[in-house]
Amino acid sequence: MIVSHEWLREFVPHTRTAAEVGEQLSRHVVTLDGLESLRADLASFVVATVVEASRHPDSDHLSVTKVDDGSGELLDVVCGAPNVTAGHKYPFARTGTVMPDGLVIARRKIRGAVSNGMLCSARELGLGEEHDGIYTLDTDAAPGTPLLEVLPIGDVRLDLDVLPNRPDLLSHLGVARELSALNGIPLRMPEELPALPDGDAVGASVFGEKEATADGVTVRLADTASCPRYIGVVIRGVQVAPSPAWLVQRLASVGLRSINNVVDATNYVLHGLGQPVHAFDLSMLASQQIVVRESRDGETLVTLDGVQRTLTAGTTVICDGERPTALAGIMGGEASQVNESTTDVLLEVAWFDPSFVRRVRRDMQLSTDASYRFERGVDAAFTGKAAGYAASLIAEIAGGRITGVIDVGSARPAPVAVRLRGPRVALLLGAPIASSDIERTLLSIGCVLQPDGDDAWMVKPPTWRHDLGLEVDLIEEVARLLGFDELPDVVQPFRPGSVPDHALHVVSRRVRERCVAAGLAETRPMPFVATGADESLRVRNPLAEDEPYLRGSLLTTLGGRAEYNLSRMQGNVRLFEIGTAFVPSGERLPREEVRVAALVMGAVRPPHFTEPEPPVYDAWDAKALGELLAQSAFPDAVITLEAGTDDLLWEVRASGHELPVGVVRQLSLDLPPWASTAFGVEITLGVMPSADVAEHGAHAHGTAPARAGSPWANVRYVPLPTYPAASFDVALLVPAQVSAEAVHSLLRDSAGELLERLELFDEFRGEGLPAGHRSLAWRLTFRHPERTLRDKEIEGRRARLLQTLERELGVRPRTS
Amino acid sequence: MTLDEFLSACRRLADDAPAAIATAETPSQFADVRTQLVGRKQGRLADLMAQLTTLAPDDRRDAGRAINEAKSAIEQLLAEREAAVAAAARGADALDLTMPSRRTWRGSLHPVTLVIDEICDIFRELGFTIALGPEAETEFYNFAALNFPADHPAMELHDTLYLGQDTLLRTHTSPVQVRTLQQYAPPVRVLAPGNVYRRDFFDATHAPSFMQLEGLAIDEGISFADLKATLGEFARRFYGGVRRVRFGPSYFPFVEPGAQMDVEIDLGDGKGTRWVEILGCGMVHPNVLEAAGVDSERYTGWAFGMGPARIAMTRHEIPDIRLLYDSDVRFLEQFAR
Repeated sequence: MIVSHEWLREFVPHTRTAAEVGEQLSRHVVTLDGLESLRADLASFVVATVVEASRHPDSDHLSVTKVDDGSGELLDVVCGAPNVTAGHKYPFARTGTVMPDGLVIARRKIRGAVSNGMLCSARELGLGEEHDGIYTLDTDAAPGTPLLEVLPIGDVRLDLDVLPNRPDLLSHLGVARELSALNGIPLRMPEELPALPDGDAVGASVFGEKEATADGVTVRLADTASCPRYIGVVIRGVQVAPSPAWLVQRLASVGLRSINNVVDATNYVLHGLGQPVHAFDLSMLASQQIVVRESRDGETLVTLDGVQRTLTAGTTVICDGERPTALAGIMGGEASQVNESTTDVLLEVAWFDPSFVRRVRRDMQLSTDASYRFERGVDAAFTGKAAGYAASLIAEIAGGRITGVIDVGSARPAPVAVRLRGPRVALLLGAPIASSDIERTLLSIGCVLQPDGDDAWMVKPPTWRHDLGLEVDLIEEVARLLGFDELPDVVQPFRPGSVPDHALHVVSRRVRERCVAAGLAETRPMPFVATGADESLRVRNPLAEDEPYLRGSLLTTLGGRAEYNLSRMQGNVRLFEIGTAFVPSGERLPREEVRVAALVMGAVRPPHFTEPEPPVYDAWDAKALGELLAQSAFPDAVITLEAGTDDLLWEVRASGHELPVGVVRQLSLDLPPWASTAFGVEITLGVMPSADVAEHGAHAHGTAPARAGSPWANVRYVPLPTYPAASFDVALLVPAQVSAEAVHSLLRDSAGELLERLELFDEFRGEGLPAGHRSLAWRLTFRHPERTLRDKEIEGRRARLLQTLERELGVRPRTS
Repeated sequence: MTLDEFLSACRRLADDAPAAIATAETPSQFADVRTQLVGRKQGRLADLMAQLTTLAPDDRRDAGRAINEAKSAIEQLLAEREAAVAAAARGADALDLTMPSRRTWRGSLHPVTLVIDEICDIFRELGFTIALGPEAETEFYNFAALNFPADHPAMELHDTLYLGQDTLLRTHTSPVQVRTLQQYAPPVRVLAPGNVYRRDFFDATHAPSFMQLEGLAIDEGISFADLKATLGEFARRFYGGVRRVRFGPSYFPFVEPGAQMDVEIDLGDGKGTRWVEILGCGMVHPNVLEAAGVDSERYTGWAFGMGPARIAMTRHEIPDIRLLYDSDVRFLEQFAR
């Protein structure tokens, strides 16, 4: 919302600078997003007096002048204007000044005479088309005074971030009301808002009816839900012409282009008073009628922006006797717009229902200054006054006579009184607020207060403040008007909360630290992907149509990020993410699984002079990462990795969980030839509950789970050994169909309880082995807790184990 | 042989020794040169010893002294040379300790995580715990329960990504307020960090999905003064150089009064200070408490919300928000410590 500093001063004659006003508004009313000096390009121009002016000896149209620019030295300036006169003041550009058109004023010779600067015309300053001569200033200001201090063009725009709760601030009047309240300066309404001529004097005014006629013009409300109130003012004999300069400038100050005096007047009322107003060319309204009715399917209307719009049934439109002629509350129609030949005008000053305007604005995808205000709420009690002001303004600047007023529909209910308790103000703000302060602040914004018992009031908000419907709303008014910064800020004792840390937060934090320790870099990629398992994961209104789905796996997004790195020649990629994977659930909301995923490729270590080319990540590193992350996620569980097929290398299982908790994959990425293989690990940490709490255990107070157990709580101390261990190796010929895991389990289960460690330490394939066999070697370490094992015992175990292996698996020792 | 001849032979032996010793490098060379010069059974010293008996008995004493001096001088030279060679050998084997260490990869946390962790740590000191909630939500939790009037321009503040008729991707972490209050009785002091979604184009300053951090404190007698004090205390602990904190009016449907908090941050190096808006906040709206089943007459409280990504971008001088999502390893590694 743009407001003009000077325009505000029309309503509140204060003397603060725009910056001070912006600061005050930011502290008490609305955030100032920016200040813009309207003619900052004229900041270096000054007022100068022409002390002498004489004909240029070598020219019949140039003058040679002596100019006082306040510098204390008279400057020689050559001027081509016929109206340059000694003793007068003019805008002056010193040498070095940049003109609005970009030209830099330099010291130069004109037909032999030196010129040190330039006396400027209005056109050269961008102040109008006037170029018959230089701009004569009517001012007492001393030479050297900045031009912007002398001309009323030095206005400043304030860009205010008006939020949806304060539609009353969408006009200069509205902002001025706040400045009036904050500074104790009475509000000055323009011309004291002339009332409309009395209905009897100019024709019928049948307030409360749905249809009325005045001066041959009829307004009929067929739809009072969308349009509860409509005032039509007939003005005859207007002369459509360019607007007076003051009006052009006012509109320009908020960034609006002047169109003609009638249209400008309506815009002036919108931006000045906040009431959208529309002017129809009365001669273009069939049957001299306005009918506010529901549209019929297929009806068309060309709006002011030249776009033909096809209406669907059920939209309320402003029609003449035959066809739609305006989109109610949004935009007028092209056919009935006021133009140079217009002489009779019907002024529409109405109140449209906010949700109706909002719906049509959305359907039509057409937002205007009018719709913006109607859908946020225009002061319904102001319609009549705004109509009177708009009509008299048009009559004043465009001529014409108000010959009829049609006021149909009904008034909107005013905001209802709210009870405000002094103690509640103190409780909420944390400080006792004097009754006199409460009363003063609320009265200053137009509330009406009536004492209601001890230290309480019935407060009736002003008609333009529909946001004040509850006691807290009034407390906010008191607080902000006093100033949030004026209220105390004392740290109070607090009671500890009843909410334990969310279990998924606890596990995520633990796993995150583990990932960082493993040398992985955390990332937070965008969770949208190109394809999804199910339409339930598809965003209905995505902005990026190529990635409309929520991801079902974090590895999808991590894979994309790896490809991004590879395209930037980064082959060492070690990423992890803890985030949400979305799984179709068949319920209203998808199932949200909080997962950790890691992607590794490239060197397992940085190169070192001892190892210039470190090995790259392989499946065994990925398996270890899978075990590491799974164990970190499920500290109490036994983690096993079950061999998968193809790209799915392993499924990760945790004891106590029926389904796999994760996967280790080789990733199929778009890899350049120099890249090494990428591996991915993804472990589900838990499911984020998303059911309706109201249906599932609302206020399960006091049943908060015990704080998620420490992963180390169940570790039991194993006594440290006091007797030496004994170990032997077995090198085995293992047929292809026998897995290492099968041999390993058999060794473990058959070796007896004294087995302390079992390590697969070698694999050999190739020459010297029977076809279809490989050689695997294990080291078995035994220890007796109470004595030293004898060699014979060890040998006996070895022999028995080899027998068992041959019997159970057909695995024999490797002899060579 | 005369005594003079014998003494000059000793001198020659002593004079020749340094050149012979200087050529020795290896242990076998040392053995050879030692034998050649001062060997007991053969070599020049052994030869001279053999000559000793040919001298007159009166001369033997002087000759003996001369031969012993020559021998000990040679032995000393040999020992010095051996030590020098050994020291040189040791030098070649010694570690050059200026060479680089053998490192492992260093992991890193995302800059947004670093900010969130830091904020959470400070609020933990102030008695807060961590609450979480789902990212896919119902309109009830995202809007209605948070006092967003149906069909109201307030909804326009949140460009929403919809999954279904009344299901959506949460536009803020505030639904966690409602879920938490439905589940736990006051006093409640929680922080809710989480991913939120807006229907925004992905450009240098916007992202359709980003982290937000919510805070909520509900109990009897909690006031705007608590809000100001607690959030001000947070700001002072979070930003080292905070000069002042100020609050201005703002609007969020779920708080009333609604405010925003700015902090004046010292830019350092005498560059002055700058006001930065860091969070939106306010007293929890009674309609929100009631929607969550909390007696709004008995309990009051405050809430705030902030964007850790913005804070991370400001403090690390990251010019484009997309850097936070691209996952370029060269970017992420900058945060490894």
